[in-house]
Amino acid sequence: MKKQKNKLAGLQKRKAIAGYLFILPFILGFLLFMVKPMLDSLQMSFSLVTLSPGSVAKQWIGIENYRVAFRVDPDYSQNLVNELSRMILYSIGIIVFSFFVALILNQDFKGRGLVRAIFFLPVILSSGVMLGLEENNYLMAMISQTVETTTQNISVTGALQTILRTAGVGTRAYEWVFEIIDNIYDIAVASGIQIIIFLSGLQTIPKSMYEAADIEGCTSWESLWKITFPMISSIFLVNWIYTVVDFCMRSDNDVMDKIQTVMVVMLDYGPASAMSWAYFLIVTAFIGITSFFISKGVYYND
Amino acid sequence: MTKAKAKELLKTQKYGSYWERNRASGGYLFKKDVMNFFVKVCRFVLLFGMCFLILQPILNKISVSFMEESDLYNPIVVSIPTKFTAENYIMAANIMQYGKGLKNSTIISLTIAILQTAMCTIVGYGFARFKFPLKKMWFAFVLALIIIPPQAFSSSLYLHFRYWDFLGIVRAIKGEGLNLRGSVLPYYLMSAGCMGLKNGLYIYLVRQFFRNIPVDLEEAAYVDGCGMFKTFTRIMLPQSKPIITSCFLFALVWQWTDGFYSKLFLGGKVLVSTSLANVVDALGVYVARQQGAVNEQVSVSTQLSNCILSTGTLLIIMPILLVYLFAQKAFVESIASTGIKM
Repeated sequence: MKKQKNKLAGLQKRKAIAGYLFILPFILGFLLFMVKPMLDSLQMSFSLVTLSPGSVAKQWIGIENYRVAFRVDPDYSQNLVNELSRMILYSIGIIVFSFFVALILNQDFKGRGLVRAIFFLPVILSSGVMLGLEENNYLMAMISQTVETTTQNISVTGALQTILRTAGVGTRAYEWVFEIIDNIYDIAVASGIQIIIFLSGLQTIPKSMYEAADIEGCTSWESLWKITFPMISSIFLVNWIYTVVDFCMRSDNDVMDKIQTVMVVMLDYGPASAMSWAYFLIVTAFIGITSFFISKGVYYND
Repeated sequence: MTKAKAKELLKTQKYGSYWERNRASGGYLFKKDVMNFFVKVCRFVLLFGMCFLILQPILNKISVSFMEESDLYNPIVVSIPTKFTAENYIMAANIMQYGKGLKNSTIISLTIAILQTAMCTIVGYGFARFKFPLKKMWFAFVLALIIIPPQAFSSSLYLHFRYWDFLGIVRAIKGEGLNLRGSVLPYYLMSAGCMGLKNGLYIYLVRQFFRNIPVDLEEAAYVDGCGMFKTFTRIMLPQSKPIITSCFLFALVWQWTDGFYSKLFLGGKVLVSTSLANVVDALGVYVARQQGAVNEQVSVSTQLSNCILSTGTLLIIMPILLVYLFAQKAFVESIASTGIKM
């Protein structure tokens, strides 16, 4: 008996060693290339950085840089608040939109593959250098402006907006909805991967469940809420995290832009590092808290 | 006669005509058919609208890229140019050194993508299939790699590679850190260490994929005397073709369009992505040189520079679009097949 146990322990040990061998590239890469820059930038965020050719001098000044970032810098906290509220709004918009599209794409119709391919296209095209270019392309803006002015009289959202505004109820909520609708392009472009993840989730739901519900007299509206929703609730969590991370890490984000400006143009390495660490911590905390609450509502079928 | 028609005919013989059947069902049949038709029309309109929304910027760019300069200033011309011209393409290609950039970008993207995919597959497999101490900690680092944007500490990264050193070993030998900037080497090293662009995500995807493969398979291999590494290469790798293809394609495409790492490490090389970022500045110089004024700053109209920018963008995305056309399924289905769960 004892011998057998030893043998098992031997196998486990061998497996542990093999496991370490497999992840060795990652460990090496992390230690060699990531740890030092990360620690450096953490240290910079607490110190006064003076650059001279060939060397960098760091002098410990405590949380002064964080004070500068939040209290002295005119834009940072403003940008942060704006960006976070925009992130919440957009993330919800993206989740709803991609869920809706995934539901449609899960149905059977001609040309489904083509539509799926088109929805996924932005994941590939609006990445890297292309992201910033789209924003400040004057000519494109002009064309869309021309289209807008010629179609102004038939703007549905505009008309609705005026009607609902005069009604005067919950103006703020309406405005949020309208902001999402007005920026539907941004949302459609940002939801390629989410749609695919939702689709894969939808396809794992067994058909027999819907059939049983159908026989019991469930309408498809009811089975959407009673079957589809609980069954893919874990996918909602995944998509939420992915969306928030994706939104925060985009390089055309205001806060990231601000950090880049402070770092590259003004060469204030200390405050810039403080800003990025504060931003990173806030986003991580946000993801942690929201996913904690979402995971409470997640239903696991096993 | 097709099968459906035959079925219809059979129904008619058995239950009477459509309207009779409708009456027998109390109007339900007709109502259902109308509803189905209505849903179909709605779906078509919605999907068509959204697809158009997504494709519209590309279509716009295509129409602009064929315009002659006079069309650009003409407010009447919106999307169809009066005179088609390929001039813009030639100009943009010249400014961006397209041929050279294409060659460099292809070589670098391909090699980097292969390296990153191989490394991420190995690491992802390690995380998915083995139990070892501190596994959770290392995996937390992978997650951190996904969440922390490289831009956040780009300055330290820059300094790090300017005076590259590990535990003071190099400094002890040479007296000064190695200057790894300006060469391609550091980026290859980083890719070999899974620290490239979005590599955390690839590791995560691969791990997710391998976790779904039943353990029995692996155990059977062990029982038959297959070693750990051999099991990986002989049993696991052949099954993981879809995820490897998709990781490779993503790495290829994202590397192709990446501006951040390219600028940081490969600044000296002509790449399509970095040259696109500079195309507007380069245009001024180009036009000045064409007019014979070498040192003067010639201002270029916004319309023209944007037209060239659109053309340049098209030139860049054309190869990716080709790849996407042929490998569309691999992009989409492999993400679906990993079965991402929390």
